[in-house]
Amino acid sequence: MLKLRNVQSYYGNIQALKDISLDVREGEIITLIGANGAGKSTTLMTLCGVVPARQGQVIFEGQDITAMAPEKIVALGISQVPEGRRIFPYLTVTENLDMGTFLRKDPKGIKQDMDHIFELFPILAERRNQPGGTLSGGEQQMLAISRALMSKPKLLLLDEPSLGLAPIIIARIFDIIKRINKESNTTILLVEQNANLALKVADRGYVMETGSITMTDTGQNLLANEDVKKAYLGI
Amino acid sequence: MDFDYFTQLFLGGLTRGSIYALIALGYTMVYGIIQLINFAHGEIYMIGAFTGLIVSSVLTMMGMPALGVVVMAAMAAVIYSSAYGYTMEKIAYKPLRNAPRLSALISAIGMSLFLQNYVLLAQTSDFLPFPSLIPDFEFWEPYAHMITSPELVILITTFVVMVLLTVLIKFTKIGKAMRATSQDQVMAALLGINVDRIISFTFVVGSATAAIGGILIASHIGQINFYMGFIAGIKAFVAAVLGGIGSIPGAVLGSFVLGWTESFFTGYISSDYEDVFAFIILVVILIFRPAGILGKSETQKV
Repeated sequence: MLKLRNVQSYYGNIQALKDISLDVREGEIITLIGANGAGKSTTLMTLCGVVPARQGQVIFEGQDITAMAPEKIVALGISQVPEGRRIFPYLTVTENLDMGTFLRKDPKGIKQDMDHIFELFPILAERRNQPGGTLSGGEQQMLAISRALMSKPKLLLLDEPSLGLAPIIIARIFDIIKRINKESNTTILLVEQNANLALKVADRGYVMETGSITMTDTGQNLLANEDVKKAYLGI
Repeated sequence: MDFDYFTQLFLGGLTRGSIYALIALGYTMVYGIIQLINFAHGEIYMIGAFTGLIVSSVLTMMGMPALGVVVMAAMAAVIYSSAYGYTMEKIAYKPLRNAPRLSALISAIGMSLFLQNYVLLAQTSDFLPFPSLIPDFEFWEPYAHMITSPELVILITTFVVMVLLTVLIKFTKIGKAMRATSQDQVMAALLGINVDRIISFTFVVGSATAAIGGILIASHIGQINFYMGFIAGIKAFVAAVLGGIGSIPGAVLGSFVLGWTESFFTGYISSDYEDVFAFIILVVILIFRPAGILGKSETQKV
């Protein structure tokens, strides 16, 4: 479904991605783990077209999207929940969700999906007229995921959904991620620093270090791997 | 204190404030979306007035009735100014989108000087008489000593423009996308919003309201020249900062505060110091509320 081939990206003159190749197949949950500054978020931003790749290729469903504008990539069915959630603070909860449907033209389907979201997250329904900025961290994360789902993505990119949240909330968020994957067959690429948690839900994982991928295996095998244990699981 | 005189000044200030508001909206919307003080915005307003003059002269010569002339002139001014606003953004600001903010600001000042001199060369440096497009309505005669018919038209037009703009920004899809873009451009792009198109649209809307302001005030004052955009632009900029730059209700409120300040001070103290009062009020408000009356003080969360 998604292929990255020898992708290199830069911020100005600083190379952030040295040579990234990875594959995501339809229906999978793939995780990308690694330390701060390894280039995980940059990988997501590159495949969304925000930080365009200088070299290499990004291919989505057979189509080369390497040099495409971000809004065109979204139209193909890739949606990102970026790091730090990036809720529009002065838009209401409903308006934030509306923005997720920006490219859709089926008012009925939008209405249905909105109701479905409010069923899934009753707290968002309760706060629907409140500005996004007034929500708690966990509520904002739910809103960010919901906003991304409103565009009906085929591939959902999640950047550190556990960041700054209480363990109980994290557990709920991860349950929801699994549910999204199963119920609507949405493929998921999950970037996490919380390697333990991420590898447990993932079919396969990639380990990143300073702009390169150093290891790849199934989630289970990576969990059992001695190097991964030492470096990322703190065991 | 003479109550009639007070009312007169109050309404005069309101009219002045309306004009400032029509221009200030463009400043504040553009600032809200790309954090740029568009110094060439006053020139867009001036170009609107010039277009209005040219079109209305031609149409009057052709014998069109007054009402038709006003509508056609206003439409022409809106379209022409919007085209200028759109082009200006593409030429002078878009290439500098990722440059330091100061570069774009200097580009804006350059654009302002360029447009002034271009109109100076293409038209004239003299003051040109502008016909009074808005007639004195008979039914308004009894109240005309308070507020004249043209002033009434200015007030009503401004009000209608504000209502339309509020509806546009609050309830339409593109309006919501404008707000989203102003709050987080990257996130907006990640949701499929074409940020370039939203920015262009903002320039077009801002230019259109400025053009309406240009025609109204030119017809009210009765003369125009190439330099008129500069002072009006500075005043509207003051109004936008007063109200809190980036905030649309702020720009409107700031404009009225400025309009009333000028009107009352000139009415009760002296008309020689009109501009002085305008800037004194700016300084005073910024001392106590640095972000402007309705401005949000920027707290950066890390």
